[in-house]
Amino acid sequence: MRAANAGDAAAYDRCLRSIAGVLRARVRRSGLAAADTEDIVQEVLLAVHLKRHTWDETRPFGPWLQAIARHKVIDAMRRRGGRTDLPLDDLADVLPAPEAEPAARGFEVERALQKLSAAERAAVEAITVDGAGIAETAQKLGTSPGAVRVALHRGLRRLARLAEAADEDFRGGAEAPAARAKGGHERR
Amino acid sequence: MKTDDLIRGLVADQATRERLPGSALAPWFFGGLLVSFAIFLAVLGFRPDFFQALATVRFVLKPVEMLLFAGAAGWLAVRLATPGAALRPPLGLLLAAVALLVAAVLGELLAVPASAWVPRLVGSSAGVCVAAVPLLAAPLLAATLLALRHGAPLRPALAGAVAGLFSAAAAAALYALHCRDDSPLFVATWYTFAAALTAAAGAALGRKMLRW
Repeated sequence: MRAANAGDAAAYDRCLRSIAGVLRARVRRSGLAAADTEDIVQEVLLAVHLKRHTWDETRPFGPWLQAIARHKVIDAMRRRGGRTDLPLDDLADVLPAPEAEPAARGFEVERALQKLSAAERAAVEAITVDGAGIAETAQKLGTSPGAVRVALHRGLRRLARLAEAADEDFRGGAEAPAARAKGGHERR
Repeated sequence: MKTDDLIRGLVADQATRERLPGSALAPWFFGGLLVSFAIFLAVLGFRPDFFQALATVRFVLKPVEMLLFAGAAGWLAVRLATPGAALRPPLGLLLAAVALLVAAVLGELLAVPASAWVPRLVGSSAGVCVAAVPLLAAPLLAATLLALRHGAPLRPALAGAVAGLFSAAAAAALYALHCRDDSPLFVATWYTFAAALTAAAGAALGRKMLRW
């Protein structure tokens, strides 16, 4: 992660994959379906990505990652009726042991994509699903690389918020009616 | 979407980094302070004997105490929005602020006769204080919460409450320049009550605004 923060794209890619692999193994052990597991993994990855600036590089990465993952996983697991006592304490210890990518896909991010603005959605889809680069995407969409970067970042931020709002909705609808009052607004 | 595809998107977004809550706080807070100061000048204003009051310990102690509380709570709020950050240093400073307030109260109890305690505590402007401090704190609280959204508070309600305390203390430092009740007995009672109201509002707002 340190190398990733210094701008090393390959290191960042490896780091995110390792986190995904370890997390996937942990979450799956709780008996969730593969697609649900993937949704949770993706939600955590989005959070790690969008909050990575809050990790102070002079401190160890493990506890930070653990705090972020626990914060996201507990809500997401509760929503899906899974265990909330996953062992997340040694996430970073096993980081160098990535797992092969399974065929499973998540559906939450895909659903959330539909709610993005046209420009954000076009940029996110081109780069994630189609695997295009920034420059290529800019050319395809007829905008500048800078505009693509902005749209991508805003799009990712919004995807994370939509996933979080989905947590709220579920809790409000199915478990605690009182939570409905505090959920719902703001992100609508 | 496949996780691999999402990771590709995250790596492509690597160059864009958000600001830290601490560095985001400065511009937001300065903006909030301008609004609060405008409200202060429009609605309250400096007390007429402001310059004479500057020569008294009791008067000067009010903004000093409140700024100490603001510094400690602001520091703590930023730390609460940073996972893994040590909370001890700001908590220590907060404790020092409480100790100064307690010391001022004890000093007052020794300095004036017991018959003066209750009148000084009740003061002449408790209602104004309890209304004005949250009012002046509102723009600051909004600014602080917006800045903290750049962070990752693990306990949104607590971070919101501390943001409320921070805003109330900064607002109280300003209000103290208007307030004519200088007794530490008054300050410890009514300023604290006003800060508690603001902290409660901050907790409620933080629960919604600081989720991520």
